[in-house]
Amino acid sequence: MKIARLQKFLYLSLAATLTAMAGCSGAGSSTNTGGSGGGSTPSVSNVAAITVNTGPTAAPPLNSPYVDGAFTSVTLCAPGSTTNCQTIGGILVDTGSPGLRILSSALTISLPQQTASNGSPVVECLPFVDGITWGPVQTADMTIAGEQAKSLPIQVIGSSAFSNIPSSCTSFGAPEDDISVLGANGILGVGNLAQDCGLACTVSGPSNPGLYYACPAAGCEVTAESLSSQVVNPIVLFPKDNNGVIIELPSVTGAEASISGSMIFGIGTQTNNGLGNATVYTIDPSSGNFTTVFDNVTYEDASFIDSGSNAIYFLDSNTTGMQTCSDATFWYCPTTTQNFSATNQGTNGASSPINFSVANADTLLASETIGVANGLGGPDAGTFDWGLPFFFGRTVYTAIEGQNTPAGVGPYWAY
Amino acid sequence: MNSRILRGLFALLLLPFPALASLGGDVTTVQADQAKMQGSLRTSSNNSYTLHEIQSSTGVAVKEYVAPTGKVFAVTWQGPFHPDLRQLLGTYFDQFEQAEQAQRTQRRGHGPVLIQQAGLVVQISGHMRAFVGKAYVPQMLPAGVHAEDIR
Repeated sequence: MKIARLQKFLYLSLAATLTAMAGCSGAGSSTNTGGSGGGSTPSVSNVAAITVNTGPTAAPPLNSPYVDGAFTSVTLCAPGSTTNCQTIGGILVDTGSPGLRILSSALTISLPQQTASNGSPVVECLPFVDGITWGPVQTADMTIAGEQAKSLPIQVIGSSAFSNIPSSCTSFGAPEDDISVLGANGILGVGNLAQDCGLACTVSGPSNPGLYYACPAAGCEVTAESLSSQVVNPIVLFPKDNNGVIIELPSVTGAEASISGSMIFGIGTQTNNGLGNATVYTIDPSSGNFTTVFDNVTYEDASFIDSGSNAIYFLDSNTTGMQTCSDATFWYCPTTTQNFSATNQGTNGASSPINFSVANADTLLASETIGVANGLGGPDAGTFDWGLPFFFGRTVYTAIEGQNTPAGVGPYWAY
Repeated sequence: MNSRILRGLFALLLLPFPALASLGGDVTTVQADQAKMQGSLRTSSNNSYTLHEIQSSTGVAVKEYVAPTGKVFAVTWQGPFHPDLRQLLGTYFDQFEQAEQAQRTQRRGHGPVLIQQAGLVVQISGHMRAFVGKAYVPQMLPAGVHAEDIR
């Protein structure tokens, strides 16, 4: 479709131009307080620029480069305000989680605190696979490209007002409460889930997993949190374009410093976000997984696509025939680049092979200036975690649970 | 609230146990885990180990592998949330937490946890609402039991 393609090109150009105008690579933290005109984009735009590079921790004093992280920027305003606003860059785009989380250290404006029924501040403990984030739930109007999520509950991570993390929270893993550990100024979760916890957190008693706490001055207690109060996928609150997101990144050969791409909101809601000839893979709504077949072995309901994982993590050394790196056992270090094929299967029966390769991680990452590495892979016993390198050279659709799209109700992935 | 009183009672019941440790701990700590997770317990045995399966109140399926010596040499879990890892990993929890945080920076990004130390292996995979994990102490594996048997 020529017209759609031309339109997409124009949108991309516009997004790229605006990013350039803002003078921000997407990695640094640019803080424009008090300005309503500065970084705003036309209200029709559903395309946000994303950059894959070494991220906000690469610069001194941290000198800790990220690799294969997709970063964007969001503008936050106090609810209803057009002047008490701030644009924050270096936000990691994560299709593996829902909800916006911002480091307290990156936030310069003051946002209203959510309170529980007893009047105490609500503070969240959010377990990721590799650690937890802890901090108060506050409310903001979030703008990205021309899209706005009003009165969005967000998590503010690492707030000094709530520095004592309950042991029941750190029992889920190590805190990722500052930029050196988080590797970003925040996380923009745009995955298949609508809320981060869901129904389990809405009830009291032993079945509540303990993600939301009410924290009076004396100490924190787990509290029931309604779905509408939970930290929510911001896309769901957009007036339109609220059923999912598309991530487009260019092909990558080997390692590079930086690449630019797009995050397009909505699926089939505008002329630039149709499914085209992408194949829809529906996923198990309770696990958020689909199935991958590798070397004639079926990994049932055990694989997923996740832009927030920085490599393709799959299986183990015995199964893949690749040794791990001597200095980093979480990456593969084959002596020569290995080519593989795996077949992803949706719960709808759709299936297609994926060809991918794994290179030597030590060689790929020899330079600290490398922010993009195709072929970065590592072990993940019994599962496939299709991380950011899966997105290189693809257009990947993530449809949100319960939201209607031209290909049916989410959740699903399409590519 | 009844559940709170019950929780208090459970906490009291836990006191007589020498430690809350699970991994590396005594088989009695399995009961402590069950009480802490307010879950149901199922036990089965083969020649090499006894398997205790706990279904936690938050929907996490936990398995504890107990050697003929009576020591817990491995634990696994699967569910929408993490289990209480401080409880489950016992005396190994601090070592795990330090390694997990160090690995995040070394990894230059986020991804599954893969801690492979001489005295402790921990693997955590998945994403929000679908986590899978495994931890074992290589030196404690009974004769004839391999890491692949822990699943």
